[in-house]
Amino acid sequence: MSSVWTKINHLDKRWIYLFVLLAVALPLILPINLPLSPSGPVMSFYKAIESIPKGSIVLISNDYDPGSKAELYPMTEAVLYHLFKRNCRVVMLSLFPAGPPMSERAVARVTEDLPNLQYGTDFVNLGYKDGREAVLVEMGRSIRSAFPKDYRGIPYDSIALLKEVENYSSFALVISISVGYPGTKEYVQYAQGRFNLKLLAGAAAVSVPEYSAYYNSGQLSGMLTGISGAAEYEELIGRRALAAKAIDAQAIGHMVIILLIVLGNVAWFVTKGKKNHE
Amino acid sequence: MKREIPLAILLITGLFMIFQYFVPHYAISDIASKIQQWAIIITSGAALLGIANLLRVSLDQAIARKQDWMYKWVVIVSLVVTGVSGIVGGIEPGTFFNDMIYFHMYTPMASTMYATLAFFIASAAFRAFRVRSWQAWLLACTALLVMLGRIPFGKMIWGDFPQFVDWIMNVPNTVAQRAILIGAALGAVATGLKMIFGIERSWLGGGD
Repeated sequence: MSSVWTKINHLDKRWIYLFVLLAVALPLILPINLPLSPSGPVMSFYKAIESIPKGSIVLISNDYDPGSKAELYPMTEAVLYHLFKRNCRVVMLSLFPAGPPMSERAVARVTEDLPNLQYGTDFVNLGYKDGREAVLVEMGRSIRSAFPKDYRGIPYDSIALLKEVENYSSFALVISISVGYPGTKEYVQYAQGRFNLKLLAGAAAVSVPEYSAYYNSGQLSGMLTGISGAAEYEELIGRRALAAKAIDAQAIGHMVIILLIVLGNVAWFVTKGKKNHE
Repeated sequence: MKREIPLAILLITGLFMIFQYFVPHYAISDIASKIQQWAIIITSGAALLGIANLLRVSLDQAIARKQDWMYKWVVIVSLVVTGVSGIVGGIEPGTFFNDMIYFHMYTPMASTMYATLAFFIASAAFRAFRVRSWQAWLLACTALLVMLGRIPFGKMIWGDFPQFVDWIMNVPNTVAQRAILIGAALGAVATGLKMIFGIERSWLGGGD
C-alpha cells in the first residue's frame, strides 16, 4: 500500500498534464451547464449598468491583449451586449497597444445579434494611446486632445457620437476591463477620485485580491471577477456565451487541482511517516 | 550642468504638477495639460527608442552568430514584417496586419502561452502545497477554500460557500491588501519627494 503512496508522491508531471488536459478539454466538448449564481461584485456591476438612463454614453477601456483573451474577452462581449440592449452608446479605447482589435472583434460579434447599430453614432473605437497615467489624467480635461483621431483614422470632430463627448463627465459609467499595468488600478489612482468617476472593473482572476480593496472602499462600483464573474454576468443578462462554456472547464480544472493537492499531501504524510518509522 | 539642468527641470515640473492638483484655475490646468501632452509624446518617443534598441541588439547578435542567433532573426523579421504591414497596409479589420498577423498568428500564439500556465500551475501546486508548517496549512486551506468557493461546485457542497469565500476576500484579504497599498503609496510619495528635491538621483544614470 505504501508503495502506491510513494508512487503518488513522486508522480510524473506528465500524468498531471494529462489530467489537466482531460479536465479542461472534456467539458468544452461535452458541456455540463453547471448552475451559476452571481456573487456580490457581479451583481453590483449588473445593477450599476441597469441604473443608468437609457441612451447614456459609457466608456469602455479594454486594457488587455490576446494573452488574456480567454479570460477577459467574454466580459467585453457581454458588457457591450448589455449596454446596447439598454440603448446606451459606447466609446471604447485601450491603454494596451494590442487592445484595439479586441474591441473591434467584440463589437463585430455583438452587432451580429443587434444589427441596427451604427459606427460613429452608437459606438466608436478610439484605439490605443501610449502615455499610460498621463493619458488617464489628460482625458479628465479633454478626450479630444488625448485622441485626436479614432482607430480608423477618422478625425474626432467628424464623428457624431463624439460631439457629445468632452471629458470623463460625459460618461455615465467608465468600465475598465484590464489584465495589469496600465489598467483598473491606474484608473482608480489617477482618475476615479479626482474626476469623480463611477468606475466598474472587469478583472483577471489574478488581480481580484488586489482590486477587492477598491471594491470594498466604493472606489469600484462593481467588479467582474475572472471567467467565473463573466459567466455569472452572462447568466444575469440572459446571454450564455463564451464564459458560460468556459466555466465548466474551469470548475473541473479547479477540482482536479484540489484533488492533486490533497492527494499530494496525503502521500507526503504517509511516506514521511514511513521514513520516520524506519 | 549635465546633472543640474535635469534636476532643475524635475524640481520645477514636479512642484508645479503637485500645485496644479490643488488649484483648478483654467490657466493653471492649461499649462498642466500641455505638460501631460509632452509626457504622452515623450513616452511614445521612448517606444520608438526601444524598437531601435531591440533591432540594434538583435542584429548585432544575429550577425555575430552569438548564442541563439537564429531566434534573433525571428525577432527581426517579425518586427519588420509586422511594422511594415501595419504602416503600409493599415491596421483596420480586413487588412493583412489585423486579419493575418494579429488574429491568425499573434492571438493563437499568445493564448497558447497563457494556456500552458494551467499545466505548470497544476504541477507546481501538486509539489509546492505540502503543508510542512502551520503557515503552509493556513495558505493551503485558504487556497483550497477560495478555489472551491469560486466555482459552482462550492455552492453545491454548501449553500453559503460563495458568501464564505466573499468574506475571506472582503475581510482578511482586504486588510492585507490595504496594508500593502497604503505602504506602497507612502513609499511612492517618499520616493517622489526625494527625486523632486534631488536626494534620489539614480534616475540620472551613472557617470559624469
